[in-house]
Amino acid sequence: MAGTAVLGRLNWQAADVVEVVTETPRVKTIAFDVPGWSGHRAGQHVDVRLTAEDGYEAERSYSIASPPDGTRVDLTVVRIDDGEVSPYLADELRPDDQIELRGPVGGYFVWEPSQGGPLLLAAGGSGIAPLMAMIRLRAAAESDVDTRLLFSSRSWDDIIYRDELERLNGDGLRVVHTLTHSQPPGWTGYARLVDAEMLAEVGPTPDERPRVYVCGPTPFVEAVAEALVHLGHEPRGIKTERFGPTGG
Amino acid sequence: MDPLMVDGNAIAGLLQEVFAVEMTTASGTCGTCGATEAVGAIHVFRGAGIVMRCPHCDNPLVKIVRDDTRLWMGFPGVRTLEVTL
Amino acid sequence: MSPIISRGFRGRRDDAPPDRVPPGQYVTRDYPVLSAGPTPHTPLDQWDFSIVGEVDEPRRWTWDEFRALPSEEVTRDIHCVTKWSKLDTAWQGVSIDTLLDGIETSAEYVIEFSDGGYTTNLPLEDVTGGKAWVAFGYDGEPLEPEHGGPARMLVPHLYFWKSAKWVRGLRLQATDEPGFWETNGYHNYGDPWREQRYWGD
Repeated sequence: MAGTAVLGRLNWQAADVVEVVTETPRVKTIAFDVPGWSGHRAGQHVDVRLTAEDGYEAERSYSIASPPDGTRVDLTVVRIDDGEVSPYLADELRPDDQIELRGPVGGYFVWEPSQGGPLLLAAGGSGIAPLMAMIRLRAAAESDVDTRLLFSSRSWDDIIYRDELERLNGDGLRVVHTLTHSQPPGWTGYARLVDAEMLAEVGPTPDERPRVYVCGPTPFVEAVAEALVHLGHEPRGIKTERFGPTGG
Repeated sequence: MDPLMVDGNAIAGLLQEVFAVEMTTASGTCGTCGATEAVGAIHVFRGAGIVMRCPHCDNPLVKIVRDDTRLWMGFPGVRTLEVTL
Repeated sequence: MSPIISRGFRGRRDDAPPDRVPPGQYVTRDYPVLSAGPTPHTPLDQWDFSIVGEVDEPRRWTWDEFRALPSEEVTRDIHCVTKWSKLDTAWQGVSIDTLLDGIETSAEYVIEFSDGGYTTNLPLEDVTGGKAWVAFGYDGEPLEPEHGGPARMLVPHLYFWKSAKWVRGLRLQATDEPGFWETNGYHNYGDPWREQRYWGD
């Protein structure tokens, strides 16, 4: 499905909560069933709309963390203290509750195995969500595309999808963590913010012309994208998804 | 770099509401500096309304204001928009 | 299609005393940062504020000259067209009356202009008579860049897009000239009490 697809007017659809899973102390994944879902591509997102009884509305965007799989749509939500939407999604939703979502949208920041690699995925915190959809799709398709994930988290306990990533490590996927605030005893991995030196050690070289996807808070994305260009990577080969301060 | 900025991809839903086609893979040419970028890579700011700015020269390309039933889109700085059919 | 109500969702809203909160607004204790463009960072030694256009003589103040003018503390409610209102915000600023003092003009309109190219327009009578300030302090501190510092307009009786951040001057004109948002769907005047958000309201 190359280029611009004719998809038709978007509508808000009902999404039913199937399950709420705790990923880390601050992060939950909510599995939704969206009747009539026509599928999505790894990397796309949805807009979520919550409406209060008096008509008050709030909208946020969330990346789809699950690979295409029937009518299932998983969203991974970081609870932001004093946030308006994330505490509701993370703490209040129960199976059979309903929210509205619109999508999938965002054909720019997508990957599928047929596009090949090598792939360099750089995730800052919850920026892992769309990249995890790509990694899960890769696994489901039994692709062996050379894929390197550089994943920045605050601490070992804050690594989202940690166990699953450990299981998937291998078969051409290399997962590298950097823990920026605290490290467990005996930690020999990276313990600083992502920089050019780290990217050079982990990533494919510019000559290999990797497809690069960077996702996370805006300052993280900026720093990584700049470092990659500084190392000689082609700017047009780097796709970014910045999570700006759209509130919690 | 501005910490408030997001990518064009962040308003993919809004754009698809208007254009009824995927717009983030379309490409726009800046009327001020001539640079061409995918809409998904254009810089988006959220003020009273949405402003899309050229990543190279910062000039406003598109302004968007909306209420429940209407949307106003202005193109002060777009020279051309290319959409694959 | 009417929206689906999400069980138990309330959002973060404070109590909204109806006499203080215009129709369609919600009260917040946060201070959301909304911006039409990247934050400018003009060094103070390059900053100036000008009054130009239909005036007998244009005026200009450097930062030091501006800060030497009499200023006042102003506490007001502010209302953003995106529906949040913030009550009792505390500012320090120079009244527009002070800046226009002694100026002769036949102008009826004013354009606020800012670093980064933003403009907004109002009738001159909406910035005079104690209704508007150039604010350089917020909540007892120097105004932060992300909130419009070093100085921004403060015109609290209108929606807050009429209070330009990073303001660098006023241009007085005989004719009205819709600004950055007024040319793109937002109401030309913007009175929150008549809910004048958009064209045609």
